[in-house]
Amino acid sequence: MSALSCDGVRVSLGGTPVLNDVSLALQPGWTVIVGPNGVGKSTLLRVLAGLLPPAAGSVTLQGRALADWPARERAQRLAWLAQQGEARGELTVRDVVHLGRLPHLGLFTPPGPDDEAIVDDAMASTECSAWQHRPLQRLSGGERQRALIARALAVQAAVLLLDEPTTHLDPPHQVALVRLFQRLARTQTVVSVLHDLSLALQADRLVVMQHGRIAAEGAHDDPRVHAALESVFDHAVRVQRVGERFLTLPNLDD
Amino acid sequence: MLLSTLLLVVAGLASGSEGWSLPSLWGPDAPLIVGQIRAPRTLGAWLVGALLGLAGAVAQGLFRNPLADPYLLGAASGATLAVVLGLAAQALAGHYISLSAADLLSRAGLVLGAFLGALGGVLLTLLLSRGAQHTTRLLLAGVVVGVVLGAASDLVTTVAPDALRGKQWFMLGSTSFLGWDSVLLLSAGALVCVPLAWRLARALDALTLGIDSALSLGLDLPRLRLVLVVVLALATGLAVAQSGLIAFVGLVAPHLVRRFAPSAQGYLLVVSALMGGTLLLAADVLARLLIAPQELPVGVLTALLGGGYLLWLLHRRGIE
Repeated sequence: MSALSCDGVRVSLGGTPVLNDVSLALQPGWTVIVGPNGVGKSTLLRVLAGLLPPAAGSVTLQGRALADWPARERAQRLAWLAQQGEARGELTVRDVVHLGRLPHLGLFTPPGPDDEAIVDDAMASTECSAWQHRPLQRLSGGERQRALIARALAVQAAVLLLDEPTTHLDPPHQVALVRLFQRLARTQTVVSVLHDLSLALQADRLVVMQHGRIAAEGAHDDPRVHAALESVFDHAVRVQRVGERFLTLPNLDD
Repeated sequence: MLLSTLLLVVAGLASGSEGWSLPSLWGPDAPLIVGQIRAPRTLGAWLVGALLGLAGAVAQGLFRNPLADPYLLGAASGATLAVVLGLAAQALAGHYISLSAADLLSRAGLVLGAFLGALGGVLLTLLLSRGAQHTTRLLLAGVVVGVVLGAASDLVTTVAPDALRGKQWFMLGSTSFLGWDSVLLLSAGALVCVPLAWRLARALDALTLGIDSALSLGLDLPRLRLVLVVVLALATGLAVAQSGLIAFVGLVAPHLVRRFAPSAQGYLLVVSALMGGTLLLAADVLARLLIAPQELPVGVLTALLGGGYLLWLLHRRGIE
């Protein structure tokens, strides 16, 4: 049984088809969704998170239709990180990370010592403990992103859906995040949309999208995935093996 | 803030139509003047400000917009229409019943009418927006209700010009009619609204991350929005019914709290209520003293001070 799957999903936004017959089965591990701008990556993530009902098709979480889960129980199993830009207000980093415990506590139960420990762990994972009492609004883009990722981690959900989690992060923190995802992926299902293809190639699996469909899907070392990557990006990138890893390079040849 | 509130309470008790006088607090007329007029007015003004401050903080959190104010969802226009209708009916009924009976009926009727009118305005907004599922639809419906009910009030005053002066007083706001019965009602309202808003503060915290993020945390946003709108309507309706449309307190109080003590929503809501109370009490004392023995309508003063503060804030932000 897949942790999370969708079957025959179709979505139109403002009359324009965005997802067209998309089927996907996600297992524990780290899966990255890649593709050019506007192919429906974020829309697919929102459908998988239950935030956007598909016009056709179904989404299943742990063997049960996503729509049939009570909202709180679903939120305990499925954490979601939005593309940055929406967060506002005067909450401190710690307040924000605490919100990750809402699905477990509800509105009226105060957090206990276990919740505090989970919040501390989540902040330590993304290295934001040092400025946990600073308001989110007064942080740099990268610091804010690390706080928001910690908020998603604090849910301790079986499935993590992350829309462009490396946005605004500097290279050391991008690398730290990749290592964190690889560690989490041993027990959890981590799904992220990424634009950095070299980082994407460090995931267990890649889903390559084009024109609202899945063009290819497979392991990070699958030559068919590499070919699809080069093709959907119009051969502007080249997949190359460097030691044990695969990376992409810009194709600057005429 | 507690210290300034205490000082303002003393100032409120010592300020009367003859100006500022501390000895008046223990003079022979103190039980009547201080006990029956100034004390309920002072406490009532603080409570009206507190309810408006709370309602403003709820509105700004609910709509994720620092310019939202308590009158956004049709409470002000609903209350105004009800008052105008009441005044027009009073003018008509005045021809048929005794003067004292008409006065009693008009006072009780106008307060109740304004309260029900405020709730009715918000209810109409909710009906037009088909519930509280979408904040943009809710805001647009509030604007439409404001315009339509405002036009209806104008129509009534055109037909019954006797109501025009009363309408003007209602729209300027006044704390001079606040008695112990008002204090009792306002206290009961505050005792319901503040704890309820405090309990829902974490939902407002989650909303600061965006609507999708709040939904992904398992919150039943349509129902929570509805409860918050009810808190907003109740707090605003009670305040408006007792003292008319006092401007800017609900808008400025949360701004001041965010500026000087930024915090999570629970603290913000409670401190905004305290700040609203302090602001209105300060404005009320000033309104009594500035041109004593005459009195300024307190709503004019709050609009001038609140508008001035916002302009200063805009200017400072522009410089920064």
